[in-house]
This record gives sequence, C-alpha cells and structure tokens, in this order.
Amino acid sequence: MEPALLELRQVSKTFQTGNTKPVKAVQSVSFEVPSGINTGIVGESGCGKSTLARMITGLTGVTSGEILLNGTRISGLRRSAQRDVYRQVQMVFQDPYSAISPRMPVGTFLTEGLVHFGLISKGDRKEQARKLLELVDLDPQLALRLPHQLSGGQLQRVVIARAISIHPRLVILDEATSALDVSVQKQILSLLVRLQEEFSLTYLFIGHDLAVVRSITEQIFVMKEGSIVERLPSETLQEDARHPYTLQLLSSVFSVKDLS
Amino acid sequence: MNLYVRKALKSPGFMVWLVLAVLLILVPVFAPYLAPHDPLTTDYVNSLNAGSGEYLLGTDQIGRCILSRLIYGGRTSLLIVFWVIAIVAVLGIFLGVLSGFLGGWVDMVITRITDIIMAIPSTVFVIALVSVLGPGLHHTILAMSLVGWTEYCRVARALVLSVKENQFVQEARMGGLKEHQVIFRTILPNIVPYLLVNITQDIGAQLLTLSGLSLLGLSSQPPTPEWGFMLSEGRKFIQSAPWLIIYPGLTIVLHVVVFNLLGDSLRDILDPRYVRKRNKRKELLKWRKEKVSNS
Repeated sequence: MEPALLELRQVSKTFQTGNTKPVKAVQSVSFEVPSGINTGIVGESGCGKSTLARMITGLTGVTSGEILLNGTRISGLRRSAQRDVYRQVQMVFQDPYSAISPRMPVGTFLTEGLVHFGLISKGDRKEQARKLLELVDLDPQLALRLPHQLSGGQLQRVVIARAISIHPRLVILDEATSALDVSVQKQILSLLVRLQEEFSLTYLFIGHDLAVVRSITEQIFVMKEGSIVERLPSETLQEDARHPYTLQLLSSVFSVKDLS
Repeated sequence: MNLYVRKALKSPGFMVWLVLAVLLILVPVFAPYLAPHDPLTTDYVNSLNAGSGEYLLGTDQIGRCILSRLIYGGRTSLLIVFWVIAIVAVLGIFLGVLSGFLGGWVDMVITRITDIIMAIPSTVFVIALVSVLGPGLHHTILAMSLVGWTEYCRVARALVLSVKENQFVQEARMGGLKEHQVIFRTILPNIVPYLLVNITQDIGAQLLTLSGLSLLGLSSQPPTPEWGFMLSEGRKFIQSAPWLIIYPGLTIVLHVVVFNLLGDSLRDILDPRYVRKRNKRKELLKWRKEKVSNS
C-alpha cells in the first residue's frame, strides 16, 4: 500500500519553561493525510493546533512520536535535511505582514523559493514574479513594492503564491485567513481551491472557524487541549458529530446564523 | 538601497549634515592647500599671538599657527577615530551576529567576554591599556578597539535576537535558504540600518575618548598636531592665552555635534516605520486643520 502523504504517529510536545509546571501542548496525536485529501484541524485558541503545524514544518521539535512524509521520517532532522523537506512542505502563516522581511521587495520574496531550490536562474526572477502575481490575481506591478505598501489580503495572496511556487506536495495553512475580513477570506478560499486544481496540492488547513475550515476540506480533526477528540468527514459534519465539544463548536457557528 | 538613497536626497536635514560631515573630513585631507602655515614651523617673535591678519586664530607658546595645527590635527584625530570605528564595527558586529544567531555555548563565551570588558569603566580601561602598551598611534588604536567592540557586539546581538524569531526568518528557511544566506538576506538587512546609525553616532564618542587620551598625553607625541594634545599643551596658558584651548575645544565640539546630528537624521531615513508614523501624524494634523477652517 502506498504510504499516506503525511502521517503523525503518537506525536507529543511538552513545553518546559523555568520552574513552572510543564505544559503539554500536544498529547499523542496520530492521524493521516492521504494525498489529495484536504484536511482540517479545528479547535479553540491554545488547543495546540499551531504547535502541531510548527512540528510538521520542523520549526519546533517533537518531544516524542514521529512525523512521516511519504513514509519517510521528517521529525528531528538537522537543518540541512530539513531544507529538503521544505521542497515538499510549505506553510502559510496567519499574519502576512510578519512573514515578509519589511525591507524585502515583494517580487524578491516571491521568487526566493524558486531561486534557492535551483528551479529558475536569477535572471528569470522578474518574469517569474510577474507570472506568480498574475496567478493569484494581483497586479504584476506590485513586484517592486515593499510589504507595508500592500493590503493584508494582497499580501496573503503573495505569501500563498510563494508557497506554491515551488510546487510542493503539502501546504499547511495555519489560520491563513483568520486575519482577513470576511469578504477577502472568501476570495482567498476560492483562490486556494483554484490553485489546488491547477497544481495537485494537498492542504492541511488549521483554523478555529468551523464553517471556513469545512468549506475547503474533506476531513476534519477536532482538537481540544492537545488531543484529537473526533475525526469527521466535512460533508456530513453536522449529522456525524458526536463529541460534546464538537457539538458546542457547531452550535456556536449556527447560533450566529440564527441571529441574522 | 535605491529607496534609501532617494529618501536621503529628499531629506534636507540629512543632506545638510552629510555635506558638513564631508567638508569636515575633506579639510584634513586637503590640509597642505588649506593651511596658511606649516603646522610645525615656530615663529618666536609672534608667540602667543591672540590672532592677527597673518595668524587668524593666533599662535601658541612657541609661535606655531593654531589654525594650521587644527587643520593638520584632523589628520591624526580623524584617522585614529576612523580606524578604531572600522575595526570595532567589523569585529563587534561579526561576533554579535554570531553570538545572537547561533546561541548556545558560542553565545555564552562571547557574552561573558563582553561582560568582563564592560564591567571595567571604558575610559579607565583604555588609559590603563595605553599605559601598559606605551603611547603611540598604533597602541591608541589597539587599546580603543579592544574596549570599543563590546558595545557593537551587544547591540548587534540584541538586534539579531529580536529579528531571528520573526516569521520571515522561518519563511526564508522554507524558501530554501541555507543558514548563511538566512543571515545575509533576512537578518543583516534588518539590523544594518540601526547599526549604521550607531556607527555614525559613535564617531563623536570615540573622538571624545581620543581627545581625553591625548589630553593625558597618551596618544600622539609632540610635535605632531592633534586636537586633544593641543588642549593639553594650552592648559598651562589658560589664564593668559585662552585661545590656545578655546579653538581646539570648539573644533572637537563641532565634529562631535555634526557627526551626532548626522546619525540622528540618518535614523530618520533608515527606519521606515519611524518616518511613516511621523508622516501620518503630520497628515492627521493637516486634515484636522482643514476641517476646522472649513467649518
């Protein structure tokens, strides 16, 4: 059998700071993300979902357990080996303004991955930056601007464009639309759907808003206090939800709808 | 960088200080053409002259032209200062970046060394070093460098620490940059502007330290003209011929002020957020004023 694109086996993370009690941010989480199946992770703030994302991308080490990509272990790698993982796994953060060095022109940022993974030569930078900006429906002229001269929505498109520029297999979106207002959020989501069709990506979408996560994924894991409490297919989410915490999340979504 | 150059050209304050600073540097460079007399020639007939047509700023106790000595003195003073700054900045920034970026035992060793050096009052330490090494230009430069790099190391380390946890550093790693590229592409561009301001403002501070050393007779040796040493020589005549110390003193003050203000205006240009905030405030004030006048 072909191994899943991403597999987590009993992954735990404990933070120990000073003399305080150790914080168990993630507790023996196991799940699989098959290739092409968009997966969502939902939970309230502080439930460990961002720590999970950081562990998958190697930004934080795991305390125990292992993470596999296509059947190969990618947790606990050295920096040089980690670089090869980034060829296949990319991540988009919540705040696009902090994702770009404030002194780096947008075009340079966009093509960094392509240049440094040796996919294009430096001379093709301008051309590629233009193409990437067009891909995410932005004006190619923006390539020369600095990050603070763009809006949050525009910049998040730039970050997404860069993440997919090297054609990774897996893109982790950590609250990628949470900092944007609702109408922009919708545009970004439809952009993500379009890009997936074009580039055969798999998304791991992390968020707190059940409705948003549901709209783009096929399966959802509900996280609470560092553990996964329920796995649900996105389509039949409402009918299949059993865990009281999931029901609570669901009711909080729909109660807002009832108001309007 | 183009952006900064454009901004610099648009900022009148910065251009004024830059032009002044360049002029101050050019004076000693073209000393032979500018100085009315040889700085070493003595004229005993006109000693302790208070200032006349021939000697604009007067003469010292053995009849040497003070103006010429001030002009030539810049060669020694500024040369030492620029050497010190160059050594100190390169060494300090290199070690500071290393220490902040790598962390661990490298950080600990470097930080301990800076702690030890900084625990001793810097001026006293420099004086002690020069006294041990013996007076002379090279020894002055060496002593001032040995003490001065710690400041840059500390600043660079702190800046790296504040920058390296940023998401864009992680983002750069995800973009396939190797560690040394991460330093050069994402860390350095974000700290160099601040360091540049530091360097510019340090020129004044180092000049003061040097003058202090010379005043104690620990840097250049007579008859080489040097501002601090001129102060030292003129001290004996402070009652009868105050111009012997007034003019060198003013020269030092002028240089310190100009380089400090150059550093200040440089910061305005290099820190985009700082300037933006100021502009926003200006716009807001303008908008309010218009609103009031319309109503």
